[in-house]
Amino acid sequence: MRKVLPYPVLTASLIVVWMLLNAFTLGHLLLGTVVAVGASRVMTALEPSKPRLRRWQLIPWLCAVVLLDIARSNIAVVAVILQGNRRARRAGFVSIPLDLRDRTGLAVLACIVTSTPGTAWVEYDSATGMLVIHVLDLVEEQEWVELIKNRYEATLQEIFE
Amino acid sequence: MTHVENLPGWAALLTALLVFAGASLTLIGAVGTLRFRTFFERVHAPTLGTSWGTGAIVLASMLMFSVLGSRLVLHEILIGIFVTITTPVTLMLLARAALYRESSEGGETEVPADRRTD
Amino acid sequence: MTATTILVWSVTVSQLMLVAAMACYLYRLIRGPRAQDRVLSLDAIYACAMLLVLTFGIRTGSALYFEVALVIALLGFISSVALAKFLMRGEVIE
Repeated sequence: MRKVLPYPVLTASLIVVWMLLNAFTLGHLLLGTVVAVGASRVMTALEPSKPRLRRWQLIPWLCAVVLLDIARSNIAVVAVILQGNRRARRAGFVSIPLDLRDRTGLAVLACIVTSTPGTAWVEYDSATGMLVIHVLDLVEEQEWVELIKNRYEATLQEIFE
Repeated sequence: MTHVENLPGWAALLTALLVFAGASLTLIGAVGTLRFRTFFERVHAPTLGTSWGTGAIVLASMLMFSVLGSRLVLHEILIGIFVTITTPVTLMLLARAALYRESSEGGETEVPADRRTD
Repeated sequence: MTATTILVWSVTVSQLMLVAAMACYLYRLIRGPRAQDRVLSLDAIYACAMLLVLTFGIRTGSALYFEVALVIALLGFISSVALAKFLMRGEVIE
């Protein structure tokens, strides 16, 4: 089983993408399966580190929280842009010491931080675990450290570590 | 636009609202890049268009084609997923490149010295 | 004013707004001041073009525009990543 299907999740998602792009018919299921099995076996040559999902039940919850947070910070950034320079606003860098070490978890955290308007991932040092983000509307540094650590990092650690 | 005649009223209104919301977010983001003064502030502006700006227009397209075809059309969600995964990659690379270019030139930099890890 | 007229007008106004957004980014692309600003604007222009194509799909009711939008999104990602890498290292393929 492991020999034939080295990455079952990847294969399954490739089949779903194939059927979304074409049609949900039996013929496309068969064709998509052939393509997906072939493509996921090609991945073994790249030898990516295999992420282990410990608690995948938390993923839908995390997605919902992130979508809501993105909507909220969309509104906040729209307010910042429309107010222009009438209000004193300070943009700045915040350093956050991270405990999360799993590479997939860090990649997901990077996606969350960057796709949220108002925060951008700048630099991460894997030796010290120090993350630097840029915040558009910086009021209290400690607030952002706690937000990233409690809201996202804790959940990602539960999922991946 | 003859096909919209076949849309029920609620679907037409919802599509109109979503398209308008998405386009406004994108435009406000674009205005933001003109207003902000430093590069690291400008990085935040396009994410308005690539997060819920894209999301709203993709939802509008999905809604309209689903109602018109009276079956669930989901393939637009691929664009949404693709954009959410790829925008952070581009922006992170750009932010790192900007940091590198500024620190290698040794001139005035937006990044305070104690925040630099190297 | 029926719901259909509202939709037609909303799509037209949205397309004009997306074009205006592209014009803003174009200004940033020409003015700079730094190369990273130009790459950022180019990436945003690709995103706007993709959204514009999607609104054309809504306007005409043709599913073909979806594939065009997907191709634009793919090309935009690849070119922005290549340009960002170039800014960092001075070469794209090491």
